[in-house]
Amino acid sequence: MSKLTATPGQTVGPFYGYALPYPKDNELLAPGSPGSIRLQGTVYDGAGHTIPDAILEIWQPDSEGNIVQKTGSLVRDGYTFTGWGRASVGNSGVYTFTTVNPGPTTAGAAPFISVAVFARGLMNRLFTRVYLPENEEALAKDPLLSSLDPERRKTVIARRDPDGGLTWDVRLQGEGETVFLDFHGEDADGNAQGDEAGGASK
Amino acid sequence: MLQEVNPENAGQIEADELVSAAEPQAAHSRPDKAVETQQDLSNEIQAIGEAYRRALKDGAKPETQPRLDYAPYRSSILRHPTKSLHHADPETIELYSPAFGHQDVHALESDLTIQHNGEPQGERMIVQGRVLDGDGRPVAGQLVEIWQANAAGRYIHKRDQHPAPLDPNFTGVGRCITGPDGTYRFTTIKPGAYPWKNHLNAWRPAHIHFSLFGTEFTQRIVTQMYFPGDQLFPLDPIYQSIVDQDARDRLVAQYDHSLTSPEWALGYNWDIILTGSKRTWTENEAFAASGDDEE
Repeated sequence: MSKLTATPGQTVGPFYGYALPYPKDNELLAPGSPGSIRLQGTVYDGAGHTIPDAILEIWQPDSEGNIVQKTGSLVRDGYTFTGWGRASVGNSGVYTFTTVNPGPTTAGAAPFISVAVFARGLMNRLFTRVYLPENEEALAKDPLLSSLDPERRKTVIARRDPDGGLTWDVRLQGEGETVFLDFHGEDADGNAQGDEAGGASK
Repeated sequence: MLQEVNPENAGQIEADELVSAAEPQAAHSRPDKAVETQQDLSNEIQAIGEAYRRALKDGAKPETQPRLDYAPYRSSILRHPTKSLHHADPETIELYSPAFGHQDVHALESDLTIQHNGEPQGERMIVQGRVLDGDGRPVAGQLVEIWQANAAGRYIHKRDQHPAPLDPNFTGVGRCITGPDGTYRFTTIKPGAYPWKNHLNAWRPAHIHFSLFGTEFTQRIVTQMYFPGDQLFPLDPIYQSIVDQDARDRLVAQYDHSLTSPEWALGYNWDIILTGSKRTWTENEAFAASGDDEE
């Protein structure tokens, strides 16, 4: 079957605020319920200023490492963990999710949360990951982390807060720029370098 | 129809490119700078386009996505990564997508013209198409979200204060779940062109924002659908951030008279192709997909 060329992305723009957010979008489970943690952070631009018009999505396994395939993310019943959530940053650039620590999807793997970042002024979505800071051994073996130099590696590992939550900031540009991922063989401009590039290193 | 933006009323227009006074980072919109004209911007857009076409001629691969670093869209200057995206093979969770269903989205949410008590103003239209992955498989049972300006080009958002009327019968937000063959369909009002403050007399071509999920999280995209023959295309830094003409064309819907409903609404077709999948599909998934694909 011949490969089709993907439709280009475009910026989310400034006016998603009345369309994409919905009640409890950032509560993958009820705040304060057993096992719940806060994942929070701030989104910065290349001048180190906070960005007031970014929106983040997370997609993660449950605390046992199971990939959940349950509906109900948009109309949450308060009990069903669907693994997906969406959070708009506030005026100060801060986002917050209530979620659980993701479990390892395979024995010994480093648990992480998958993240998509959208913002006004950002031409296309960016993908990245947030790793839990514990289990150094698993982190050391992780294929992505071990391909990064130590300074950049830090940008995708969350800090553990005293209350058990996680803090992880997004820096779109400049010092401490977050590692953003290309799954499809795209270059820095997000453009395909050939269909097979993405799978070549498997 | 739409009013011309002039410098006198520009101060009232808190539009795309201005952050509100309460936001300290307004600095990067460079208010002290002499006002840039459309001609300034068009020159930049053309120079980038010409350089790209020369590179193509010299054997460069066609670009298929917008450039993240595209200075004519001024807000992108401090908001694009300067380091290359890091190649990664998608793993585990990334090879699946969240599941959405009819618990999440009511069937009536796909009709943006019936969300209030009265009929919205403007040209009623239908937009229909299929969501496919890069291998041509339909993306079934997935969430599609749209949002847009009203017929006058006004968004129902507090940051859009430009002097075009709000429509009390039109919010401009819709959702649906794709059918077994990947089809989505919305009934809405054709959006108007929209003025913004990237530069003096900047106007966005009429567009509908689309948010899409695939069968894998790495296929997630947010994009914009445009209308055929829009005279604003060459002037718009957001549309032109996709430097390749064939790629840009993929964002333009086609007028489709077979979708037009007599004495009711004009029809447009727009298919959306997501990136290729990386997961090894099980027989059941592949069967369901190809089975539903037959028309």
